[in-house]
Amino acid sequence: MLIPVLAVLVPTLPLAGWALNGLWGGRFTRRTVAIVACGAVAAAFAAAALLLWQIRLAPPPGRAPAGGPSWIVDLYSWIGAGSIQVPLRLLVDPLSVAMALVVGGVGLLIHVYSVGYMDGDPGCARYFAYLNLFMASMFWLVLAGNLAAMFIGWEGVGLCSYLLIAFWFTRPAAAAAGVKAFLVTRLGDVGFLLGIFVAFGVFGTTDFGVMTRDAGARLALGGGAATALALLLFAGAAGKSAQLPLYVWLPDAMEGPTPVSALIHAATMVTAGVYMIVRLHAVFLRAPAAMDLIAAVGAVTAIFAAAAALVEPDLKRVLAYSTISQLGYMFLAVGVGAFSAGIFHLTSHAFFKALLFLAAGAVMHALGGETDMRRMGGLARRLPRTTAAFAIGALALAGIPPLSGFFSKDLILSEAFRAQAWLWAVGVAAAGLTAVYILRAFALTFLGADLRGAEGTAHDPPPSMAAPMWILAGLTVAGGGLGWSFTHPGILERFLLTGLRAGAGPPARAGGAGEGTLVAASVLVAVAGIVVGWLVYVRRSLRGGVPALAGLLSHRFYIEEAYAVGVIGPVRALARVAAVADRTVTDAAVMGLARALGRSGQALRGLETGYLRHYAAFVLVGVLLILAYWVSR
Amino acid sequence: MAVLFGGVACLALAGGVGVIASRRPVHSVLALLLVLGSLAVDYLLLDAQFIAVLQLIIYAGAIVVLFVFVIMLLHARSGEVARVPAVLPPAAAIPVCAVFGLMLLVVLTGAAIAPAAVGPAFGTVQEVGRALFSRFLLPFEAASIVLLIGMIGAVVLGKRLPPSPPDAGRPAEGPGEGRSKRRVELR
Amino acid sequence: MTVPAPYHLALSAVLFTLGMVGVLVRRSALVVFMSIEVMLNAVNLAFVTFARLRGVVDGQLLVFFVLVVAAVEVVIGLAIIVDVFRAMETVDVDDVDLLRG
Repeated sequence: MLIPVLAVLVPTLPLAGWALNGLWGGRFTRRTVAIVACGAVAAAFAAAALLLWQIRLAPPPGRAPAGGPSWIVDLYSWIGAGSIQVPLRLLVDPLSVAMALVVGGVGLLIHVYSVGYMDGDPGCARYFAYLNLFMASMFWLVLAGNLAAMFIGWEGVGLCSYLLIAFWFTRPAAAAAGVKAFLVTRLGDVGFLLGIFVAFGVFGTTDFGVMTRDAGARLALGGGAATALALLLFAGAAGKSAQLPLYVWLPDAMEGPTPVSALIHAATMVTAGVYMIVRLHAVFLRAPAAMDLIAAVGAVTAIFAAAAALVEPDLKRVLAYSTISQLGYMFLAVGVGAFSAGIFHLTSHAFFKALLFLAAGAVMHALGGETDMRRMGGLARRLPRTTAAFAIGALALAGIPPLSGFFSKDLILSEAFRAQAWLWAVGVAAAGLTAVYILRAFALTFLGADLRGAEGTAHDPPPSMAAPMWILAGLTVAGGGLGWSFTHPGILERFLLTGLRAGAGPPARAGGAGEGTLVAASVLVAVAGIVVGWLVYVRRSLRGGVPALAGLLSHRFYIEEAYAVGVIGPVRALARVAAVADRTVTDAAVMGLARALGRSGQALRGLETGYLRHYAAFVLVGVLLILAYWVSR
Repeated sequence: MAVLFGGVACLALAGGVGVIASRRPVHSVLALLLVLGSLAVDYLLLDAQFIAVLQLIIYAGAIVVLFVFVIMLLHARSGEVARVPAVLPPAAAIPVCAVFGLMLLVVLTGAAIAPAAVGPAFGTVQEVGRALFSRFLLPFEAASIVLLIGMIGAVVLGKRLPPSPPDAGRPAEGPGEGRSKRRVELR
Repeated sequence: MTVPAPYHLALSAVLFTLGMVGVLVRRSALVVFMSIEVMLNAVNLAFVTFARLRGVVDGQLLVFFVLVVAAVEVVIGLAIIVDVFRAMETVDVDDVDLLRG
């Protein structure tokens, strides 16, 4: 009974916050703006939590054909054209509620953090309005009941991402980064949109429940339609989630305020692609070739971005590459069919990466916006609490037990090993690199000589910023308990399984020796990575390296340059041709018409003499002509 | 009756020529009065007694007086000084109008219809009034509104405007100077 | 109807043409206005003639309405002339040529 109300409240509360702050934020005091924004998100989070309680409590109104308990909330009929019916529909099931809780929880913490972080910025009301709009779009994306409705949220978060990356729009770099993010994700969205059309063609609808139910009947296993649909949807996911080769926008997106990077570009929006694939896992399972491609892209992205993070001098961009790399792990997971493992990693990543970003934000806050790690160092003495928080996040990212990152990454790696050994090998290598680059970032920022000397007034952040960090740190430490145990599926997985892979039953988990070996191996690699990083960046005893490789890395394998030559160059050339054509054809026609009219006007101007009697004479001549016609007739 | 019509027609034509040929506006007004009066007599010949009376009251009584007042207001300066208007010479205007008049004559007098027989009441106040308040009630009411609007318009236009700067098209120069300048332009 | 209708109509046509000559030739706005009144009267004469010719009173009613409109027209027109005179110190229609192209 309560479920439809709660489901509608979750996206509309932040939307109301957006409307309030967007319309009247300029007149509110800073305090009111913060209360409205945080209150809206807190209420939405509470509604999501109640939703969880309700669906645990209430028996489902009818078992969906897909097997899991799900509630459908139809708002109204959006598109009705013959056989194509698209209702605006919300779908409440364990997956969407779990995702909504992650989004709402991390979003709430980051809202609170933003109050301290954005204090003093003149665009404070605008910032919180955008942030609330983002929350509304993201909730909508998560709760949407069909692909068309999801697309609204999908584009909504893209818009907010653009608005917030370019939040300090007076900075050319920020404006350019916003445009870049918008255009690159748009490339993927073309694929997503085409995928929606294919889904309409195949299923006659884009309802998730129907697609899940009919996937087996309508899509031949490995058939062309299934593969095309999966690949097109994956294109959208790859654009939104910054996978190779569409990752280029995410590092630049760090031009936005740091809480935005934490919320949108680490914890929530960029994981929308993973969420969408999990949501449509039934379709993807019909296209094994596409799944293999997804897994391969994920693995390659993971190791590529980890390598790029090794040489990046900018703290936030290191974290951005790290995010790309971790997203690669998630795609690796869903690519080998470990959907709940993907969601598990999504959740734990949301915790520890948001923590890392918030800690980085605290560093920037303390240093007046500095992000270049080469000009940091020795901050551990000045910011002890921030250092501790960053260390917890870093250890989780590196995969050191018993932090949450270890459990989720390990789960993915063992699933990958079961699928294809080379994916596991790449994943483990990437995990090693991860440990190295995050240790490098930690060492350059917090350890070593204090480069800023006596000028430093740097101090730990105020409580409003510190509290979200500590809560996230707690979640990072405890989050592993959500999903991991040696012999049977974890809590999260069991919860999700009621909606996922239904009918197939819970997968038999291989326990025992094989599992133990894998775990030991990945822990070993992580520890080895940390040791290597320590030797190189702290003790500085391990020197050298290959210059060519360093050059390759610092140019990120020349992918940006390839874009410049392969995409931007031809587009520019086309634009030049179009500009010439515009001037010589379109403009010439328009201006020619205008000139012709002007000249005829000049010619006729003589008739307007301004003399009354001339006008009277014209009338007379006209009457004369009419009379002559009558007489002659 | 034919003699009466002949006299009336001659007076009317003489008045018409007087309106357009007089040097001074006051003479034109007097000639106009002649036209109006002789036409009123002609209306009587055409069995339009009511209209003839209206012609005298409204035209001769009101409108002509208004003209006289305005001429008095603008006094002598409204008189024309120069003769031939250069912009459309009478040499061009008069033949055009003559051609027009001929055609008008042909059109108007071409139709030879036997006049209908009418009773003694035709054109009396009673008959015209009956038509006015039955079939022509709506136009009659509309006419009252037109009169009201005319009144309001006259009041608005007659209100003395606040002193405005001399307008841009005609800077502070006398009419005489303006005229001489025009001459130069025209040549 | 002792005098045949064509005579009246011919008088109307000649008066109309005279009025038109006045409109086209004279430069004083006042005289132009009077010429217009002459033209209106010529039309009225035609209306009255036709009313008599057809034995229907409608033509005379039309004259009535023309009288109304003429009165209003004279009032407004003369007010405009006075205003123009105030603004431009002239009633010569050739001097009022702000609309010249």
